[in-house]
Amino acid sequence: MSNDLKSGSNLEKVLRSGHFAFTGECGPPKGANIEHLKEKMHPLKGNVDAVNVTDNQTAVVRMSSWAASTIMVQEGIEPNFQMVCRDRNRLAMMSDILGVYVMGIRNMLCLSGDHQKFGNHPESKNVYDIDSLQLISLAKKMRDEGKFLNGEPIDVPPKIFIGAACNPFADPFEFRVYRLAKKIEAGADFVQTQCIYNMKKFREFMKMAVDMGLSEKCYILAGVTPLKSIGMAQYMAKMVPGMDVPNELIQRLKGAPKGKAAEEGIKIALEQIEEFKEMKGVSGVHLMAIEWEHRVPEIAERAGMLPRPKV
Amino acid sequence: MIVADEKSLPEILDMIKDCNHILVLGCKGCVTVCNVGGLKEVQILASALRIGRKKDGRIVKVDEEILERQCDPEYVAQIKDRVQNYDGVVSLACGVGPQFLSEAYPDQHFFPAVNTKFFGGAVAHGIWEERCAGCGNCIIHNFDGLCPIARCSKSLMNGPCGGSSNGKCEIDKEILCIWDSIVRKKMASGQLNDLLKVMPIKDWRTARDGGPRKRIKEDLTK
Ligand code: SF4
Ligand code: SF4
Repeated sequence: MSNDLKSGSNLEKVLRSGHFAFTGECGPPKGANIEHLKEKMHPLKGNVDAVNVTDNQTAVVRMSSWAASTIMVQEGIEPNFQMVCRDRNRLAMMSDILGVYVMGIRNMLCLSGDHQKFGNHPESKNVYDIDSLQLISLAKKMRDEGKFLNGEPIDVPPKIFIGAACNPFADPFEFRVYRLAKKIEAGADFVQTQCIYNMKKFREFMKMAVDMGLSEKCYILAGVTPLKSIGMAQYMAKMVPGMDVPNELIQRLKGAPKGKAAEEGIKIALEQIEEFKEMKGVSGVHLMAIEWEHRVPEIAERAGMLPRPKV
Repeated sequence: MIVADEKSLPEILDMIKDCNHILVLGCKGCVTVCNVGGLKEVQILASALRIGRKKDGRIVKVDEEILERQCDPEYVAQIKDRVQNYDGVVSLACGVGPQFLSEAYPDQHFFPAVNTKFFGGAVAHGIWEERCAGCGNCIIHNFDGLCPIARCSKSLMNGPCGGSSNGKCEIDKEILCIWDSIVRKKMASGQLNDLLKVMPIKDWRTARDGGPRKRIKEDLTK
């Protein structure tokens, strides 16, 4: 990793200066309700280094991730703008990257995106002009070479801190670390993992990543989603493809006193965060408190993540 | 081959509702092989249409015929002398057939009786699967002969997405994750390295995205 900042984003500076990063997540509303959006994002302010803004998450139409990210910038919160390959061709991707940069957005997460079959418009055409790896390389080309895909020069290239997702729990497990390596080769500066529940498997994954030198080339943020209820845990275990929720965790939630499952879920998350702080190759935690944004200050506090560094 | 599927009888009955005399026209090409538009299916559809209309109290006269191929003007020309005898022609060929017919006989109405689905083949008796999306620039040698463009739900070029689970695609437990198969095949043969380079971004001009396509073989045009 060279010494010049690639984007100058807060997240980049936090990571570069060696702090243990802490990022959050916020899904834009299903409508143009800006008050609702602000209400959801405000608990995150000052409690995380950057906030992922999801892009039509689970293929359900919501306010665009770039617009919601822009509002975040105006509210003094640093967004991590998510872009999926499902809804845009390369023209739209490049113009959106330029557009968000102009609006002050400095982090971008490149994703394949959930297939539209899961969402509320399964009738739609799927684009997938390019895939998430190629999107990473596209953002890198725009930033570092100052060129569009076709090689034409860009008049003021967008300096974006490029992120990627990584799911160590999808199949085939043996290939996952290589896919991460490919994302890094394509140009990922940081990686946020899928929600981790199976710690044993994650330790194994991280060991491979460290042995391959991947954590030297890219910042790896471990994904944490507190389980709010037994129902949520069971749903994730059964219904979400590529999600690995071990039975012990479900049993542990079941064993909690009545009405205390959510607290037990938070405790589990806090234990995980403690372990990640010490885990070799892990540079931070990505907290996806799904529809639980208002609990983030408390979780951040209890996890010893506050105050966030000023860099 | 091109694989097609039957349209429902009510839909076809609706298409021919204004006709009193029709021709049901099959094709001996792909649709015969995939059991949707051959002679047998021509006969079955013709009698279904007769019965359907009889129930409605409006008799329809249905003739039956099959062409060698409907995607070839030479064979399409074979019905020249009789095509105008009908109020409409129901084609059991893939989507190409009714179009070649419409172009050859602009005054006649041609109705599609099948839904053309994909390029593929039979994997078991009565089961057909997609294999190719006709992208116009075949690259499957990079993937051990398996096509992620046609067979990965997201046409990914660089490995399985985060939804791949137990060899199945995230969109449906009945659909194979072709990337799982590609990776396992490469691992088994010790050639995983082949999958480690980032695949270049595809030029879709050779596919349908570049506009309707045409093939010209110069020596045959002279
Ligand atoms: S690469 Fe293109 S031509 Fe080859 S099988 Fe796939 S879709 Fe068909
Ligand atoms: S699960 Fe496999 S086939 Fe389905 S979209 Fe992901 S990589 Fe493609």
